[in-house]
Amino acid sequence: MNLFRNVVFVAAIAGLVAGIALACMQAYATVPLILKAEVYEKAGGGHHHDLAAAGTNNNATSSAAPADNAMSSAAPAPAEAAAPAEDEGWAPADGFERFGFNVVANIVTGIGFALILVAVSEFAGGIGNWRQGVFWGLAGFAVFTLAPGLGLPPELPAMPAAELLPRQIWWISTVAATAIGLGLIAFRKSLPLAILAVVLIVAPHIVGAPQPDSFETAIPEGLHHRFVVAVTLTDLVFWLVLGAVIGVVRGRFTGTATSLRDSFA
Amino acid sequence: MNTASVSLGASVSSQSRLMQLAMAALLGIFVVGFVGFSHIDAVHNAAHDYRHSMAFPCH
Repeated sequence: MNLFRNVVFVAAIAGLVAGIALACMQAYATVPLILKAEVYEKAGGGHHHDLAAAGTNNNATSSAAPADNAMSSAAPAPAEAAAPAEDEGWAPADGFERFGFNVVANIVTGIGFALILVAVSEFAGGIGNWRQGVFWGLAGFAVFTLAPGLGLPPELPAMPAAELLPRQIWWISTVAATAIGLGLIAFRKSLPLAILAVVLIVAPHIVGAPQPDSFETAIPEGLHHRFVVAVTLTDLVFWLVLGAVIGVVRGRFTGTATSLRDSFA
Repeated sequence: MNTASVSLGASVSSQSRLMQLAMAALLGIFVVGFVGFSHIDAVHNAAHDYRHSMAFPCH
């Protein structure tokens, strides 16, 4: 289990570094936008409560008033709504606890992505240095962010979306097809296989991602656009850092990586 | 590819090498899948901001 242990060791260090970097970027770039979207999400929820309350209050006095009240109660959300209200079960409290769990999620999945990247790259000779790592990171970005993001753009809370399970299945299928396609292009010097690769990469988008019945949402388009840009860029930096750190750590580990320097990158 | 002298586990046989790399990749897929795709409410809520920020299908 010598090799397995080494892969886990390299992946743990790279996942830790890239995960912390991503969590810091998210704290400034993406999480503030999620919190803004949750204000709209709760405004929608609060609206319904106000509507019900207004209805019961006005039944006694006049029958024409509730509609007017309902219109006027579509005001901004009250600031008191503190916890993610829509979900059932336990949730971390806003503030430090929520940030802390986000950091943990980033590190854990960073190590998970690093395990996949190290294991797959070992089949192709391994990531010899930080520059090769950057190229492997670009591939990871294309497979895990770019390709699924074309059909299912990063979504904010309260945005309309199709059923969860079909979207997850489409997401996983697209990632697998894109990964196999890129692998065929990079490591098989054959034209038919390259054509097959292009077909594999394009096919999920011809099938099409599950889409909601209606795209109507309270979220302003500008907010969503900023979120898509922020997610794409932070993920890009995450993958570049992950690949580069794997290259550096693995080089230290084997001590003989120099001969691979010009083999790929 | 000339992997024998520079791989992370220089002395393992090719079959054992394949098994160990596959196990590492599966472990990674399991970890990412559990955090990013679990339908358990507590897991979803704990990793909520991460799922949105990583463009995983959420909600």
